[in-house]
Amino acid sequence: MRFARVVGTVVCTEKVPAWKGHRLLLLQPTDSRGADAGRHFVAVDLVSAAPGQWVFYVKAREAGMALPDTDNPTDAAIIGIVDDMREAAFTPEPLGRASGPAQHPPGATT
Amino acid sequence: MITARVVGEVVATTKHADLSAQKLLLVQPVDPDGTPKGQPMLAVDVVDAGVGDRVLVVDEGNSAAQVLRRPRGAIRTVVVGVIDDVESPTEPTRG
Repeated sequence: MRFARVVGTVVCTEKVPAWKGHRLLLLQPTDSRGADAGRHFVAVDLVSAAPGQWVFYVKAREAGMALPDTDNPTDAAIIGIVDDMREAAFTPEPLGRASGPAQHPPGATT
Repeated sequence: MITARVVGEVVATTKHADLSAQKLLLVQPVDPDGTPKGQPMLAVDVVDAGVGDRVLVVDEGNSAAQVLRRPRGAIRTVVVGVIDDVESPTEPTRG
């Protein structure tokens, strides 16, 4: 799941039957801070999002599985609207034991 | 599975039914030495991870459905483990 901003609506009268009742929205993918990251694409809207809103979407087969009728050709679906996001400052540190709080007690065997 | 660090929490009231009552974390994929790789992404948490934790993340729908114990749905990214330690010897170990 990744972030995107809704930038428009796509209207298709003729469309795949499984998409009936769902809107197609134009998305601008963003990073976790809301800055543009990559090219526009169209996604099936499952949460009644509106242009201007910050949303998250899922891609690939799971997008199709998100629709009520799973027999469909969806490759991207909006599955949530972001209300609030708390991001901590990232300090790179190794995954190894020496640097982290998750230490085994002395003498423990792994 | 990829290694990642939890860098944030996301609140979403309006979301797909598959995500209801699930905690959403923002995870930054990292190398074993801690260098960030690529964009942070959203993941469902099943192991009670918190901000700062080093975690194991699956990004594939069938695995996600298995750990959530439900039929396949909209979820594909799940935090499935909290990493205690990663050992990566520089020389290959001989058996």
